[in-house]
Amino acid sequence: MRIGVLAMQGAFREHKWAIERLGEEAVEVRLPHHLKDVDGIIIPGGESTTIGKLLNRYKLMEPIKELAAKGIPIMGTCAGMILLAKDIIGSEQPRLGFMDISVVRNGFGRQVESFEVDLDINAIGRVPFHAVFIRAPYVKNMEPQVGILAQVEEKVVMARQGNFLACAFHPELTEDDRVHSYFLKMVKENL
Amino acid sequence: MSKKGTWKVKKGLAEMLKGGVIMDVTTPEQAKIAEKAGACAVMALERVPADIRAAGGVARMADPTVILRIMDVATIPVMAKARIGHFVEAQILEELGADYIDESEVLTPADEDFHIDKSQFKVPFVCGCRNLGEALRRIGEGSAMIRTKGEPGTGNVVEAVRHMRKVMSEIRRVQGMPKDELMATAKEMNAPYELLLQVKELGRMPVVNFAAGGIASPADAALMMQLGCDGVFVGSGIFKSNDPAARAEAIVAATTHYNEPKVLAEVSRGLGEAMPGLEISSIQPNERMQERGW
Repeated sequence: MRIGVLAMQGAFREHKWAIERLGEEAVEVRLPHHLKDVDGIIIPGGESTTIGKLLNRYKLMEPIKELAAKGIPIMGTCAGMILLAKDIIGSEQPRLGFMDISVVRNGFGRQVESFEVDLDINAIGRVPFHAVFIRAPYVKNMEPQVGILAQVEEKVVMARQGNFLACAFHPELTEDDRVHSYFLKMVKENL
Repeated sequence: MSKKGTWKVKKGLAEMLKGGVIMDVTTPEQAKIAEKAGACAVMALERVPADIRAAGGVARMADPTVILRIMDVATIPVMAKARIGHFVEAQILEELGADYIDESEVLTPADEDFHIDKSQFKVPFVCGCRNLGEALRRIGEGSAMIRTKGEPGTGNVVEAVRHMRKVMSEIRRVQGMPKDELMATAKEMNAPYELLLQVKELGRMPVVNFAAGGIASPADAALMMQLGCDGVFVGSGIFKSNDPAARAEAIVAATTHYNEPKVLAEVSRGLGEAMPGLEISSIQPNERMQERGW
């Protein structure tokens, strides 16, 4: 499997390492031709407004939309979750808008409010996942076709809709690769 | 139970800035220009380094009003500078809700012997360095991000290159060294042994490392990226040039596509005049900002 990791800005290196630890190929995507032959795409954490702008500037928005229409699985973490959302509360920033969710940016506050917590994610196993939240968003509202995978204080922080997976936290900043494994399973099922 | 202000979340925000450009801004209007150009964070300060250099006198933390106004308009993280050793300025910046504090040699040092004990704060810190030992001493005090110093406010990249080359060559040296030579090297570099061991094992700095000080053109930014930094700080280079918006956008593009000469050639065109540069030898040694901190 070949996973494209959007590498304009953010924690792309850590996502690449996680995919490589799991024995699959990861390629950095900065220009449209880097998307050739990818089976899945990861949109990393970083600044969603910045990444959104650069997606337009480097003409990546449309090619990613075409791949999504073909059913290629896409995972977004933190900023990536915001870019996957159709609705970003109080913001008109550029987005991919694949998921029927509305998200709150910096939903838990600024950097001093960033936190770590053990999270129950039944979809990946019974052992809690140690999740790192940095200026993280959360899902405020969603359509019924969106599945909730994890919550913090009743706020939805992980959700799946078809081949789209969104996490408000940063699985790439831990050594626990279960979220990436779950995504690779989605990619494999799609092949 | 959730935990705030941990090493992981402090270090984590810097990880999110990788591949990006952090721009110095002094007004909300400049912050909007920086954000529009694709900056991944802004550094709020009273005067950019070139003006601090020109004005002389004591340079302090910016007025909280300015920082708060910039925080109001920017959706990206807002960093702010405190003087070296001035832990009260840092307390004020933490209270204001700044996302990162730069304990910076660009301002006049407040303490000639000691840096801030950064581990006491929930807000993360970035500090400058000229070599690996200096970087690891700052990390030992709790800095969650490092930037090389360069010579700020000069528009001359030569010192930034010197510091990045030095750091990278020392990392390579440590990486290739047998473990039994490490303790003596820690002593020679004045670096904490445990952190030096981490550098050896990781083959890189334990935290994100940006380049700073004198970056004035897209080519300068790409040069620093190719030398091995994770991103760049641009201070005077943008708002002292004659078309800040275009130059800021070009520097962002050059930082992202640092390995694509075709893109670099394209974005370097027609940007107008860069900021005027300063020859380093024309600056008196006691006026060199890089000498501040130790």
